[in-house]
Amino acid sequence: MLSIRQLVAGYGSITALKSIDLTVPEGSIVSLIGANGAGKTTTMKTIMGLIRPTSGEICFQDQNITGQPVHQVVSKGVSLVPEGRSILSQMSVLENLEMGAYLRRDREVQHDLQKVFQRFPILEERKQQLGGTLSGGQQQMLAIGRALMARPKLLLLDEPSMGLAPLVVAEIFKVIQEINQEGTTILLVEQNVRQALKIAHYAYVLETGRMVLHGPADAVANDPKILEAYLGGRRVG
Amino acid sequence: MLLQQVVNGLTLGSTYAIIALGYTLIFGVLNIVNMAHGEIFMIGAFVGLMLVTKLQTGIFTALAGAMLTGAVLGYLLERIALRPLRRREVSHLAPLISTIGVSIFLESLALKIFGPQAQSFPPVFSGQLFELGTLKISIIQIVILAVSFGLMIALRFWLAKTKMGKSIRATAENLETAGLLGVNTSQVIIVTVMLASGLGSVAGVLVGLAFNAVEPTMGITMGFKGLAVLILGGLGNITGAMVGGLLLGIAEVFSVAYGESSYREAVAFGLIIILLFIRPQGLFGSGSAQGGR
Ligand SMILES: Nc1ncnc2c1ncn2[C@@H]1O[C@H](COP(=O)(O)OP(=O)(O)O)[C@@H](O)[C@H]1O
Ligand SMILES: [Mg+2]
Repeated sequence: MLSIRQLVAGYGSITALKSIDLTVPEGSIVSLIGANGAGKTTTMKTIMGLIRPTSGEICFQDQNITGQPVHQVVSKGVSLVPEGRSILSQMSVLENLEMGAYLRRDREVQHDLQKVFQRFPILEERKQQLGGTLSGGQQQMLAIGRALMARPKLLLLDEPSMGLAPLVVAEIFKVIQEINQEGTTILLVEQNVRQALKIAHYAYVLETGRMVLHGPADAVANDPKILEAYLGGRRVG
Repeated sequence: MLLQQVVNGLTLGSTYAIIALGYTLIFGVLNIVNMAHGEIFMIGAFVGLMLVTKLQTGIFTALAGAMLTGAVLGYLLERIALRPLRRREVSHLAPLISTIGVSIFLESLALKIFGPQAQSFPPVFSGQLFELGTLKISIIQIVILAVSFGLMIALRFWLAKTKMGKSIRATAENLETAGLLGVNTSQVIIVTVMLASGLGSVAGVLVGLAFNAVEPTMGITMGFKGLAVLILGGLGNITGAMVGGLLLGIAEVFSVAYGESSYREAVAFGLIIILLFIRPQGLFGSGSAQGGR
């Protein structure tokens, strides 16, 4: 569904991605893991068109989307829940969700809104509140709910569990799996490597701008180097 | 007497509010101060004046014509002076300088076409006075109050309820997030600059009517007042611009009525300085700087 070939991108003189390749098959969950500063966020932003790559190619559903402006990438069916959530804090929860459906013209927006409220009942309770008044976990739910309002074919999630309490983290991972089972393809960036590998079908490991390893998630999880570097030597159960 | 001063203050203040809204809208989405806003205001005043004197149009046609001209100037401003500088490598002061360039150009252009003297509206527009008890109010004042409050209410509603209005608010809060939701932020920026400039031009006609004087340098003084209101209300805050403008107008009128008229500006700006000591973020500003680029 998504394929990235020899992608080079960065910020001015800094090259953050040094020719990476990555494929996300339709219907799967693909995890992209790596230490801080490895280039995971840069990868996500470049896919979305927020960063213009120096070279390389990004194809979504066999269409070349390299260098397209972000709103056009969104209109093709790709949505990103960015790192740090970026809720519109001066808009109400409801307005945030409605903005998620900004490009939609169909009549099922209300139906999808109800689905988001079923998935996250707390958002319905708080729908008139300003986005900025929600707790961290609630903001993450809002960010995911808002992205779903666009009905993306491919959903990119950048560290959705960052800074959240363990119970909330478990819930977020459960929701990601559900969304995938309902037919949305997912590219998941995580530092919570153990959980990310548990729900993924396929995994990529990024180190300082280079893809050092990839394969089926259980194979990656049992790779000695990964066990050592990311999982503290213990196996994923 | 008090009521009279309040009405006079609100009339003047509502024009300040409309000018300040132009600065505020642009600051919201672009995080820059548009230094050409005062001159777009001045051109608007001249367009209104020309429509009335040369083409004998009514006042509302003159206002509409000024608004349209302002919007066109806004479009050109964005295309020529702002968009080319919106790249990462460019200093964030660059748009400030380029809009100063546009302001100098517009002022020189007005001087060349209209000459340096102040021009006034035909006598019909100085209008008769209505007396409501002790309150005296001119037709012009009523027009100014109706047009500026009408525009403020319409703008509020438009920003709160319409899709385009919401996309402007989203872009103002975070340009990147708005883009990720599918908003074409380049288009939003153009629309915002056009809207702000249209409002500025309408304010030009209103102020020209209020003081019955239109001149090429009027953009500088009024531009600074608009800027003061932008800061007073809280950078990028719509409510702040409205309330701040009204307050500045009332403060000025009161300092003339109950004090020395030569101090009117000193009093008004003195109050702003004191207020900013107490609330550095402005009346309605939030603690942290907001807004995308
Ligand atoms: N806005 C930026 N300007 C310059 N360098 C940046 C910027 N954002 C990230 N980088 C650099 O790019 C590299 C990759 O960063 P990032 O993609 O954010 O990593 P990750 O998301 O994996 O933690 C890092 O070396 C980081 O310092
Ligand atoms: Mg990151």
